[in-house]
Amino acid sequence: MLKGRAFKFGDNISTDHITPGRLAHLRSNLPELAKHVLEDADPAFASRVKAGDFIVAGNNFGLGSSREHAPLVIKMAGVSAILAKSVARIFFRNAINLGLPVLICDTALIDEGDELEVDLAAGTVNNITKGDQLTFGKLPEVMLHILDEGGLIPYIQKYGDFRL
Amino acid sequence: MGKTLAEKILSQKSAGDARAGDIVIAQVDLVFAQDTTGPLTIRQFQACGFERLADPEKTFLFLDHAAPSPNRSVSNDHMLLHQFARQTGCLIYNVGDGVCHQIVAESLAKPGDVIVGADSHTVTAGGLGAFATGMGSSDVAIAFGLGKTWFRVPESIKIVVSGKFTHGVGAKDFVLHLIGTIGADGATYKALEFGGDGVDSMSMSQRFTIANMAVEAGAKAGLFPADRTTQDYLISQGRGDHYQPMSADGDASYEKTVNIDLAALEPTVAKPHNVDNVAPAKELKGTEIQQVFIGTCTNGRLEDIAIVAEMLKGKRRHPETRLIVAPASPQVLLAAIRAGYIHTLVEAGAIILPPGCGACLGLHQGVLGDGESCLSTANRNFKGRMGNPKAFIYLGSPATAAATALTGEISDPREVF
Repeated sequence: MLKGRAFKFGDNISTDHITPGRLAHLRSNLPELAKHVLEDADPAFASRVKAGDFIVAGNNFGLGSSREHAPLVIKMAGVSAILAKSVARIFFRNAINLGLPVLICDTALIDEGDELEVDLAAGTVNNITKGDQLTFGKLPEVMLHILDEGGLIPYIQKYGDFRL
Repeated sequence: MGKTLAEKILSQKSAGDARAGDIVIAQVDLVFAQDTTGPLTIRQFQACGFERLADPEKTFLFLDHAAPSPNRSVSNDHMLLHQFARQTGCLIYNVGDGVCHQIVAESLAKPGDVIVGADSHTVTAGGLGAFATGMGSSDVAIAFGLGKTWFRVPESIKIVVSGKFTHGVGAKDFVLHLIGTIGADGATYKALEFGGDGVDSMSMSQRFTIANMAVEAGAKAGLFPADRTTQDYLISQGRGDHYQPMSADGDASYEKTVNIDLAALEPTVAKPHNVDNVAPAKELKGTEIQQVFIGTCTNGRLEDIAIVAEMLKGKRRHPETRLIVAPASPQVLLAAIRAGYIHTLVEAGAIILPPGCGACLGLHQGVLGDGESCLSTANRNFKGRMGNPKAFIYLGSPATAAATALTGEISDPREVF
């Protein structure tokens, strides 16, 4: 069970909002890069987010670049899952590869600061603040396996190959 | 039931009957990373315990995003990539060797290939009929080590193109119009497949521009058929033997069809801060522009530079507008020098950057000031993209860029020339 607060973002939050190209020189210094996570969408996010919290976004979260550093710094910031109405393709796969769950649900029903509880196995988001419950779509099986192993690298370390 | 181009290529490379929605494991013909994604790719490769590449001859590294390096951190990343290339035997394209997607197009990609790159604009090679897609460092690291990757076979959206471009209108206007029509997430998880009479008359350069921006509609791939034009291009690159014809079956099944008449298009610009926020260039007249940037994997080819040079010949850029031109490869630069275009551009007040990504991603070579606006021929105008979240980026064609450089405000090229 994942538990934390909601940090709300709008539509079309790009990988440049999350980890802009101007900071590419920090990509081999991840702890420093992580201090700037989502800086161009919400400059206060990095200092406010706590372990377990959720990013709750609108449509097309993570559009743009293939830079895996984007979900990586989000994970390093302590975010336990991303909830969005929809997510861009490469970002989606990158997040799962890093063991960061991405859950597609109607995020309009969640407000900034709401206390949430996510049950990955049951596919539910309990909004403790509002007293209601959302469900999210199931991931493809191959992605569930990768997520279960904690990401693609541990998955390959364990199996040495894809097991579909 | 026939197959789409995506289904055909993924069937061939997974030795099965790949249909939209299936999960397949496909062999990769070409896998690469660049200087901003490569270091993490190498670290993930090593974390997996791989000691050698599945095939060094199919594995490439490119130093293009920050080339030459603007600071010591990037220089150290470049050193790491060189060291990896020495250890594993993969080929590395060094600083100045050009933009990865342009080199892949000129020298490496073949129709029918499966190509994965740690760069979202890997889709560019779809212009010559390759199933090419961008992935993150972990996926690319696994493809380095195993020579294969998994895909969900995408549904395809068919773009039926008719007619011919009119004067002053080109491939960039087409693709901006398309993205404006279907939206920045209009093709998420899908492939865009281009066909129809209008495609027959498109040059390879135009096809690459369009395939390049498929990802700006969220697409996994942007696929053109491989035809006579593709064959002529490959022959001109000294690799006619890489040609094979590729086309979708007539009875393939598409998720939907979008019709576009080239003759009905007009110069189009994407306004800040999203690529689907499009408007006709003429409606943006009066928008002052401090920097015009021409180049990148989208529009840094010889045809693009030729358009700009012909429009600026004997003229001078607006005194308050910087004009920055980055040819996409040494081949492009040399051809532009031979044709006299570089001479013309320098006389018109242009700054010529070395072959590479230049100012596109905000690292160097044209970072915008607070409140400044840029008209760029690149593919992204996200907030902060060119190094400053307080700046504004408009995307347009090389012709619109040339007209804008001359007037200092966004201009419809048909009204200026």
